Amino acid sequence: MDTSLSWIKAYVPELDCTAQEYTDAMTLSGTKVEGYTELDKNLEKIIVGKINKIEKHPDADKLIICQVQIDEAGSEVQIVTGASNVREGDKVPVVLAGGKVAGDHHNGAADGGIRIKKGKLRGVESFGMMCSIDELGSSRDMYPDAAPDGIYILSDNPQYAEAPVGADAIEVLGLHDVTFEYEITSNRVDCFGVLGIAREAAATFGKKFVPPVVTETGNGEDVNDYISVEVQDSELCKRYTARVVKNIRLAPSPEWMQRRLASVGIRPINNIVDITNYVMEEYSQPMHAYDLDRIEDKKIVVRKAENGEVFKTLDGQERTLDDTMLMICDGRKAVGLAGIMGGENSMITDDVKTMLFEAATFDGTNIRLSGKKLGMRTDAQAKFEKGLDPNTAIEAMNRACQLVEELGAGEVVGGVVDYYPVKKEETEIPYDVDKINALLGTAIAEDEMVSYLEAIDLKVDRGAKKVIVPTWRQDLERMADIAEEVARFYGYDRIPMTLPESSATMGGLSEKLLLENTVRDVVESYGFCEGMTFSFESPKVYDKLNLAPDDRLRKSIAISNPLGEDYSVMRTSALGGMLTSLATNFSRRNKDVRLYELANVYLPKQLPLQELPDERVQLTLGMYGQGDFYDMKGVLEEIFDKLCLTGETEYIPDAQKSFLHPGRQANVLYEGNVVACLGEVHPQVLKNFAIGQKAYLAVVDLAQLLAMPQKTVKYQGVPKFPAMVRDISLTMKKEVLAGQIERVIYKKGGALVESLELFDIYEGEQILEGHKSLAYKITFRAKDRTLTDDEVNTAMDKMIAALKDMGAVLRQ
Amino acid sequence: MKEKLEKILDEAMTQIDASGQLDRLNDIRVAFLGKKGELTSVLKSMKEVAPEDRPKVGQMVNEVREKIEYQLEEKKKLFEQKLLEEKIKSETIDVTLPGKRLGLGHRHPNTITLEEVENIFVGMGYSVVEGPEVEYDYYNFEALNIPANHPAKDEQDTFYITKDILLRSQTSSVQVHEMEKGKLPIRMIAPGRVFRSDEVDATHSPTFHQIEGLVIDKNITFADLKGTLQEFAVRLFGEGTRVKFRPHHFQFTEPSAEMDVSCFKCGGKGCRFCKGSGWVEILGCGMVHPHVLEMSNIDPEEYTGFAFGVGLERIALFKYEIDDMRLLYENDTRFLKQF
Repeated sequence: MDTSLSWIKAYVPELDCTAQEYTDAMTLSGTKVEGYTELDKNLEKIIVGKINKIEKHPDADKLIICQVQIDEAGSEVQIVTGASNVREGDKVPVVLAGGKVAGDHHNGAADGGIRIKKGKLRGVESFGMMCSIDELGSSRDMYPDAAPDGIYILSDNPQYAEAPVGADAIEVLGLHDVTFEYEITSNRVDCFGVLGIAREAAATFGKKFVPPVVTETGNGEDVNDYISVEVQDSELCKRYTARVVKNIRLAPSPEWMQRRLASVGIRPINNIVDITNYVMEEYSQPMHAYDLDRIEDKKIVVRKAENGEVFKTLDGQERTLDDTMLMICDGRKAVGLAGIMGGENSMITDDVKTMLFEAATFDGTNIRLSGKKLGMRTDAQAKFEKGLDPNTAIEAMNRACQLVEELGAGEVVGGVVDYYPVKKEETEIPYDVDKINALLGTAIAEDEMVSYLEAIDLKVDRGAKKVIVPTWRQDLERMADIAEEVARFYGYDRIPMTLPESSATMGGLSEKLLLENTVRDVVESYGFCEGMTFSFESPKVYDKLNLAPDDRLRKSIAISNPLGEDYSVMRTSALGGMLTSLATNFSRRNKDVRLYELANVYLPKQLPLQELPDERVQLTLGMYGQGDFYDMKGVLEEIFDKLCLTGETEYIPDAQKSFLHPGRQANVLYEGNVVACLGEVHPQVLKNFAIGQKAYLAVVDLAQLLAMPQKTVKYQGVPKFPAMVRDISLTMKKEVLAGQIERVIYKKGGALVESLELFDIYEGEQILEGHKSLAYKITFRAKDRTLTDDEVNTAMDKMIAALKDMGAVLRQ
Repeated sequence: MKEKLEKILDEAMTQIDASGQLDRLNDIRVAFLGKKGELTSVLKSMKEVAPEDRPKVGQMVNEVREKIEYQLEEKKKLFEQKLLEEKIKSETIDVTLPGKRLGLGHRHPNTITLEEVENIFVGMGYSVVEGPEVEYDYYNFEALNIPANHPAKDEQDTFYITKDILLRSQTSSVQVHEMEKGKLPIRMIAPGRVFRSDEVDATHSPTFHQIEGLVIDKNITFADLKGTLQEFAVRLFGEGTRVKFRPHHFQFTEPSAEMDVSCFKCGGKGCRFCKGSGWVEILGCGMVHPHVLEMSNIDPEEYTGFAFGVGLERIALFKYEIDDMRLLYENDTRFLKQF
C-alpha cells in the first residue's frame, strides 16, 4: 500500500511534518512505513521557461539555439538543444545552469542526479537545459500528456498553460511530494485505503480528520428502469450496489486526480477509469464499470460458475472456471469474474455511452481461493481478499458518482440498486479502564484513554462502559483489542519495562536436551564439527544409498506441495544430507573432514499419514581422511561410556546396511537392542555421491539411547592388591572374531580377569595361509588378596582349553 | 711430615684446579685419597711416626683429606652446573613452532547462538521444551486463532502432508501443547525447526529455526513483556543495547508488537547491516490472545501472558556477520571451524 503525503494532507489539512517525522510517528502508532520516495529528489533550479525565439545552429544541423525567457520581467537565457519538438512561444521546464535534474532522457533517474552546467555546444554557449519528463525523474506513464520523445511542452496542457514564467516547474507539476510505502497488516482492512491511513495519521499527530463529504447525486430518472440485480448466492455476495451513468464524456481526468493516482503508481487513463481507481484507493473498495449497452436483458445476475465454464477476461485471456467461483452475468451471459476481473465482452471502450457502476462486497476467502486457482492476482482481488466492510460499498459508489458529476464525466441516473439482505451493524465491546491498565502495566487516566479511542472514530459510552465500533474496524472484537488501540496512541515506548513479579519457576533443559549436549561434547572432542541439513530429501536419495526396493527407509512422508523433487519427502535418515556434506567438502579439497548432525528423522507409522509420525533424534557421524573404522568405533564407545551405558554392548558384523561396505560394517547391540550402526561407506555409494576417498559413517538412534536406564556412577575402590599380567598369543582362522576370543577369555577367566588388551595382530609368512595371530595382555587381579601363580595358571589353563575348542591355538 | 702433607695438599689443589672435566676429578680422588693414593700412603707410613705425634699427624692427615674432598666436591658441583647449563642450552626449542592439537570439533553457529539464548532464559526460570515438527493443523493454526481459510494461513506458505497434517510453520504450536498440559504458571522457551515454502537464497531457506517464548501467570502485563525482552536483548547483544517496540499484528497475540534492537554493529548510527536505520528487527511478540487462552482451557479473566518468537538464524547471521544463509546448511568445515 502506497500513499503520497499530499493525498494524506487532503484529508488531514493541518498535518505539517517532514517525511521522516511522518515515517517514524506512523510506524510507532502501528501503521508501519517501510520507506519513502521524495518525488523532487535531485531536482534543483527548475523553472517554467518560455521559448521566445528559435534559430538554427550555424554549425550543426540537429541543434537549435533558443532564447528562453526565465522570469516575468523578461530576462532571457540562451539554451542550445537537440530536441525537435519545441516551438516559439512554448512554455517548458527549464533547469538553469548550476541546477540539477534527476536523470537523463534515455536511462531515467541517476544516483545523485545530474548537475547541469553552462557549456558550449559546437561553439555556441548554452546556459541550461529544457527538460523531458524522464529528466524530471518521472515518466509518460504518470504524465501521459508529456511528449513521447522530447521536451515536456507545458503549454500544450491547458492546466499548465497559464503557469507564470519563472514559476517553480516542480511545483506546477505537483512533484513536491513524497510517496510512502506501508506494510499494512492483514487485520487492518480499512488501512488498505487512503482514508483509513489518513484517519490514523490524524490520530497520530493529533490533527483533525476531514474525510470527503459525499453529496447526493443523480438526475430525476430511476436506475431501476435501467437495470435489475439478482444475487443467487448471498453468502459469497453480501452486498451488490449498482448505479448508472449516461451520456458519458470520456476525457483526461483533472491534474490533481492524475497526480494522486500517479503518486501511488497507477497510470492515469481517462476520467471514468481514473474515478474507479481513485475511489478504490480512497476507500479500499474496488469498483467495476460495465458498458451498459452490452449488458443484455437489463439484468445483472450474480451466480456461481459451472464446472468447466470458459470465460474471456478483459485482458483477452480465456479462463476455465469451476463451480466454486462467483460470476457476474447479464440476462444471457457471463460478463465478469466477480471481484477479480471484468469480461472482455462488457468492458468500457472509447465509444461507451452508458455504463453500469458496480460496488459489491464479495467473500474474501472465496475470491482468494478463486484467484489462486486461476493464477490471477489483480488489485481488486487483493482488496477483496482482506474481507471488506459492506457499508463502505455504498459510500464508495456514491463518492464515485459525485466525482463523475464534479468532473463532468457523464450524467448520473438517480437512485441506486442495492442488494443488501443482512445489514452489518456496529458492535459494542465492554471496556474497563482498570483492566486495560492491568493488562498493559500502565496507569492511563480514563479521559486520556477515551481521547485516543475517539481520535480513531470509536464512540465511547462511559456510563455503560462500552466502546461502539464502526463496521470498518472488524478487527476489534474484545477488550484486548481496545487495549491495543489505547497502547498504540499512548505510545508503546511510554509503557514501562518491568519483570514479572509473580511465582518463581524452575527453569532448565529437559533431560533429552541435556543428554544431546553431552553427546555433542563427546563427538566434538573427537574433532567432529556440527553440521545441519534440511529435513527434506529427494526420493532419489534412496537409490544413491543403494537401498533395496523394500528397505523400510524408503517409506517416507511425501509433502503435498513441495518446492521441487529435491525437497519432496521427509528424511527417514540423515545419511543423504551427511554424504552430500562430505561430498561438498571433498569437492572443495578440504582434508580430514569429520562432521556430525543431531537430526530428527520422520518415520511414518502408516502411509498415507493418519497420525503424526515417529520423530526421532539420531546422531549421524561422517568422516573421511584420517581415521578408520576403529576410530569411528572408538567414538561410539566413548559416547556409551559418557552416557553411563555400561550394560552389555556387542558389535555384530554384517549389519545388512546396503550403503556400507559388506565386510566393514557392524550393528551395535546394547542389552540386545540395535541402537546404532557404523561402517565404511560402500564404494558404489561413494561413487554415487562423488566422494573420491574412503569415508566412514555411524548412525546412533539417540532416541533409543536416551530412553535407556542410565547406571549412576558408584565409586569402585582403587585396587590395593597387585595385579598379575600374562601375555598370550593365539593363532586362528581369519574368520574367527576378536570379540569371540575375548568373550571366552572373560568367561573362563571369571572374576579374576580385570582387563584385556589386544597388543598385536599379525597375518603373514610365519602363519598358516588364511590364519591370523592375536596377542593379548591379560591382567588378573583380586580385590581382597594377592593372587598366587597357581590361581592364575588354573584360570589360564581353562581359557586356553576353551580357546582351543574354538580353533584358537596357543602360539609357541 | 708436615711439609710432606702440605706438599700433597698443594699438589692435589693444583690438580683439582687444573682439572678440565668431571672424569678427571675421580682420577684425582683415586690418586690422592684412594687405597693406593698418596694420602693413604702417608697413613700407612704412620708407624714411622713417633707414637706421641701420631694423633697430631693423624689429625693433620684428616684435615688434608677433608680439604681435598671439599675441594673435589666443590669442583664437581661446578662441573655439574656447567654440564647442566650446556645440556639446557642444547635443549632449546623453537617455541614459535605450532602446538600439537587434538583438533576439537565445533558446534554449529546456530547451536552456539541457541545455547546463549537458552542460558539467558533458563536463568530467568524458563524451561526449554520441544514439540513436533510434523504437526496437526490445529496446533499450528486453529488453536492459535487462525481458523480455516484465514488469509494469515496463506501468508506463511505452509507445507502440507495431508489436509490436517503439515510441517509446522512456526514454533508457536508448542505454546498450545504447553498450555494443554494444564500446569500453570508457564515459563518456557521452545526452540526448533520450522518450515516455509521459500526458495533457497541468501536470506531465505525452506527450513529454519525459531525460538518461541511463552509466559502465563496471574498479573502478567505488557510492561513485563517489554522488560523481559529488553533484558534478553541486553544480555544477548551487550550492555547499552536499546530496544524499540512497534505495534504489529499477530493472530494469537493482542496487543502485538515487533521489537527492534539498536544495531549492534554501528550502535544505532546507521550502517549497511541495519540499512542505515540504526535498528534491526529481531522478533515478534505480544500478550497472549484471550481466545487462545480460552481454547486451551485457561481463563483469561484470571490469567494473562505474553509470547514471543525469534528467528534463530536471523540472530546468528547478524551476530557473526554472515552474509549468506546458505552457508549454514552447506557444512563446509572451513566455515564450521570458525565458530
